This record gives sequence, structure tokens and C-alpha cells, in this order.
Amino acid sequence: MGGYWKQFFLRNGTALALYLLISVACWMLLMIILPQIFMLDFSFRTNVPPPLWGTEAHGYTFEHYRYMIYGSAQSTDSYNFVDLSVFGRTIMTAIFVTMIDVALCYPVAYYLAHVATGGWARLMVMALIVPFWVNELLRAFAFKIMFGSTGIINNFLVAMGILDEPFDFIRNGVALYSGLSYAYILLMIFPIYNAVESLDRNQIEAARDLGCPWWRIHWRIVIPHAKPGITSGCTMVFMLTAGALAAPQILGGPSSLWFTQIIYQAFNQAGNWARGSAYAIILLATCIVFVLCMMKIFKVKLGEIAR
Amino acid sequence: MSADVQLDQVWVRFGDFVAARDVNIHIQEGEFFSFLGPSGCGKTTLLRAVSGFSEPSEGRVLIGGKDMAGIGPNKRPTALIFQNLALFPLMTVWENIAFSLEVRGVGTKERRKKAEDLLELIALPGQGEKMVNELSGGQKQRVAIARALAAEPDVLLLDEPLSALDLKLRQHMRSELRAIQRRVGITFIYITHDQGEALTMSDHVAVMSQGVIQQVGDGTTVYDNPETAFVASFVGENNLFKGKVSEISSDYAIVDTATGAIRARMSKGKERLSAGDEAYVFIRPESLKIANGGDFDNRIVASIKQQEFEGSFWQVFFDVEGSDRDVKLSAVNDGGSLTHKVGDRVDLGFSADMAIATPAGELAAE
Repeated sequence: MGGYWKQFFLRNGTALALYLLISVACWMLLMIILPQIFMLDFSFRTNVPPPLWGTEAHGYTFEHYRYMIYGSAQSTDSYNFVDLSVFGRTIMTAIFVTMIDVALCYPVAYYLAHVATGGWARLMVMALIVPFWVNELLRAFAFKIMFGSTGIINNFLVAMGILDEPFDFIRNGVALYSGLSYAYILLMIFPIYNAVESLDRNQIEAARDLGCPWWRIHWRIVIPHAKPGITSGCTMVFMLTAGALAAPQILGGPSSLWFTQIIYQAFNQAGNWARGSAYAIILLATCIVFVLCMMKIFKVKLGEIAR
Repeated sequence: MSADVQLDQVWVRFGDFVAARDVNIHIQEGEFFSFLGPSGCGKTTLLRAVSGFSEPSEGRVLIGGKDMAGIGPNKRPTALIFQNLALFPLMTVWENIAFSLEVRGVGTKERRKKAEDLLELIALPGQGEKMVNELSGGQKQRVAIARALAAEPDVLLLDEPLSALDLKLRQHMRSELRAIQRRVGITFIYITHDQGEALTMSDHVAVMSQGVIQQVGDGTTVYDNPETAFVASFVGENNLFKGKVSEISSDYAIVDTATGAIRARMSKGKERLSAGDEAYVFIRPESLKIANGGDFDNRIVASIKQQEFEGSFWQVFFDVEGSDRDVKLSAVNDGGSLTHKVGDRVDLGFSADMAIATPAGELAAE
């Protein structure tokens, strides 16, 4: 180990080596570790106004985690059905959106990597990237307008005579699912593209030569090869979707609440930072556990995802 | 089962580029047939047309008498062994071998048995559970062959499969391939730029250059009776003298070269020589002798430039008047030492039968 560090310093020179080490350490500490530790600490403390922080009253408690499961002590319900159901729905929807994205992005990524050539491929990549220069909020509002009761989709369907009256895409969650699916589509396409692109084309031809139909080539050759990329994309899309705030806020129907909105309310409206922290920690932990389980099931190692 | 393969007036074009030009070849069933040519000569193009990965722009490919137009590679009775083998790295050895059976919906038990049988054939018994990357180069090679054979093709296509192996292994795999071909009895079509491979393994060789089949024949015919200047210069080593035909008598031509007039046997290709034509005369290094007063049809004066000892034979290089390239002679090492020194002037002699005169034409790159 000592030899490794010595090598590191010799190879990069003292100044650069120090800079690299310090910047990475600062990055880790200030941006990732410390905020999360504060959050974790906060989630276990009683909710008192800032002047009392650090005093006796600001002690440790499980009350916020308990609240998430059982609700307030005054409540007559045995469980906190409101928060739990929102939490469950958020996770389920995030899973659903992730699956939609895989289904949408795998063919596109495969096409880009192995079928499209030269200028056409570049054009497609541009068409994928350029819309993301538009601000996230603007994109969400654009979806809202498009899916609205007088939006282009409803107008078209009514004009074609397919619908008698406008369909409420927003109340039914269609707008939300579409918006969320689109929001992180690049994070799905590019990892899959990278993985698929590294596949030797001869493998595909060899399988075909051995009598393999096209769908089986994908099932047996391309998808197993692209598995780390698919997992990597799924991880990011799932985490970001579950933690999304803007799209649910704008595209969600009046009755559909996203778990991040509850966290937001706890911080900004109820002034209950401790509960907000606890809920955020629950969301984070659930997502991490879920992703690790998926990696276990699909037999992907963490190192492979980073490739 | 085995099948014959017929290429009938096959042309393959990529835009303006002609990769194969009017190819007519009939490959007999059960034979080992090689396409030999430098890289870029169009041999891989022909292989892809037979395997179904590309369709000829014109002409027909028939396998077992059946026109293959519109039939994809997964439906043809062929199996292709790729240059880089293209084994599936995420599958075990036996899964690789039995992949074509898996595709056909054969049950696991039967697949395993078949894979084990094939592992016996390629002398890797009991290695089925290994991953492909745990095998050595030669073993991978054999697994690729087994995987192709498992599909029970009528025709096996091999695209320079030995080129990645080191020399020793390559020579070993040559005889192994030939033995496997005899055992399974199906047609092998082999693509190579290595004449050693083509000559040692094949029943017939087609020599190709720039999309054109130059000559088809068995190894000795292609070596001893080249029909074109390209074949003579590409297959084996040859000394070349350029000149003009001055006289023709039955099968022999007298060619006036800068070194002198040479009497040589005429090649039997489509193009025939006649008096006044530009012609090339080729003489194999092993056909040249140091004359020492013997009786020869042809004699040229030369001075020894360099002598190299190759073990089983000597290689002697000469400066010859009127030729800007070295003339090469090879003599079997019969235990005696060479009697001449560098700088000596000697007479080189050779018979007219051992010299081949072809119409002037394209030569192989050196």
C-alpha cells in the first residue's frame, strides 16, 4: 500500500498528487459524507426550533421514524396510511418508469451502436441531447400543456373522433409517467449504448450463423453482454425518479402526491426538519437496498457498473 | 450430410468497387477447398456470399444444388468459423458448443451429451464446464470448430481461423483440421493468405487477386503449372525474367530477355502467348542449378552475391546481367559444403520444362 502511494506521488509529482488527493477528499467529505451525516443526525433528534439546537431539549429520539410507520400519537389509525401509501406508490411508480425506460432505450441504444452509421448516428445523438438543453421545469410545463385538457394530444384525439371529450391525462398519471420517463432517458441510453457498443459484431453474426433468430440473439448474446450497462442505467433512473421533485410537482394530479413532496412539505411548510430528514433517509436507504437487491438478483457487481 | 457448392457467375459490388468479378467455381461435396490470395483480394467477400451474410450483386450461389438467394445465414446449411472465432465469452465451453442445439430447442440433457461427444472429437474431454477465457488459443480454436460442427452443417466455412496462432500451433492445427475434415466428411471451404496452409490442407485451391479467380487446381498443379503471372509470383518463390516472345514451337516459347534468350514451357491459361507478345518467364529457385559444364536447355551467367544457410537447404543469391533483382537458387543441404565463394562467376542452368512463360500481367506484391 505504501508503495502504491509512493508510486502515485512519483508519477504525478508532489504538487499534482496533493491537489488530486485533497480535491477528491474535499469532494467526498464536504459534498457527500458531511451533509449526509448531518441529515442522519438530525433525523434522530427531537424537532425543536433552531435557538434550542444543541441544548438538552435537542435530544435523540426515534419519534420521526415511528411517525412514518404509525402516524401521530393522537391518530386513531393503527398505521400512517397516508405517508406509507405515498411512499409505496412512489417506489412502485419509479420501478414502472425505470422499466419503461429500459424498454424504450435498449432498442435505441442498440440501433445507435450497431445499425446506424456515420452522419445519421450523430444526428440521432444530437436529437437525443439537444432537448435536454431546455430547463427541466420548462420541459415539465411543456408536458403539462401538451397533455392538458385543451392540449395538442386531446385536441388531436377529439378531432380524429377517437375520443368524445378530452381525457384527463394529468389526473390519470399519464402525464406524470411520460414526463418522468423522458426526464432521465439519457441516463439510460448512454450506459446501455456504451455496453452494447463494446460487443464484437462477430458474436452477433456467429449466433445468427448458428441458426439463432433475432430475438434470441438479443436474449442470449446482446442483453447478457449489456447487463452491466442496463443495470447502471436502471440504478440512476430509478434513484433519480424516486427522488424527483419538479416533475411530480408540476405533472402530478391534484390527488397524487410524490414522496419527495412530503419531504419538501416537512422541511418548508411544517418547519419540521427532523421529520424531513428522517423521511429523506428512509427514501435513500430504501433505494439503496432496492438497487443492491436487484444487483444481487441479476448478478451484477458494483465494479462492472462503473465501467 | 455433405453438399457441393456452386458459384455461378457471381459478382459482388460495393458501390463502384468490384470485390468479386464473374466467379465460376464448383466445389465438390466432401472436399477441402481453399481460397488463396492476398488480403483485400475478395476471398472473404465470397465466403460471406456463401454463408449468407451478403448476397451477390449478380449471379447465383447454389448449395447442394439449391439456389440460396434470399435465404439468410441462419437458414443455410453452412457454419462459419470466424477469424477471431467469436466464441461467446459469457457462456461455458459446453454451452458454446451446444448453442445451435439450444436454438433448435433441444433439451439440456441431450445438449450436454452432444457437447461431450464433440469435446471428445476435438480432444478436450471433460473441459465443458470451463469458461472460454480459461482456454488456450489452440483450445479455443478447437472449441470454435466443435461449435460449428454441432450445427451439423453440410458445408463448413473457415475464415483464416489459424492466423492468430503462433507458428508451431498453426502447423499442428493444419493437420488437425485436415484430420477432422476427413472424419466428419463434410465440405470445408477455407480462406487464407498463407499458401503453406492452402497447399498442405486442400484438395483444390483457388488463387484469387483483385476479385478475379486466377486459377483453380490442386496444390501441385497450382505450384508446378501456374496459369498466370500472378499465380506464378504469389504461390511459392519464383525468379522472374521479363521479355518478348520471339518464337513459338509447339508448347514452348523462346523469350528474349535482357539476360538473354530463354526457352520455356508456355502456361496453359485462357490467354495464350504468340510471337511478339510481352511475356514473363518464371523459374523456381530449386530448379536452378550451377551448371558446371552439364547439359542444359538454358544457361545464364551470374555472380554470387550472398549465400545463406537455412538448415535443410542453402539459399544463394546471384547478380545477373540485365536483371535488377537478385536471382535466387536453393540447394538441398546434402552434407557437402558449397564449392563456390561470394564473388565467383558461374553459369546457371535450367531445363525448358522447369521454366514457365506466362503472358505479362499483374504480379503479387512482394
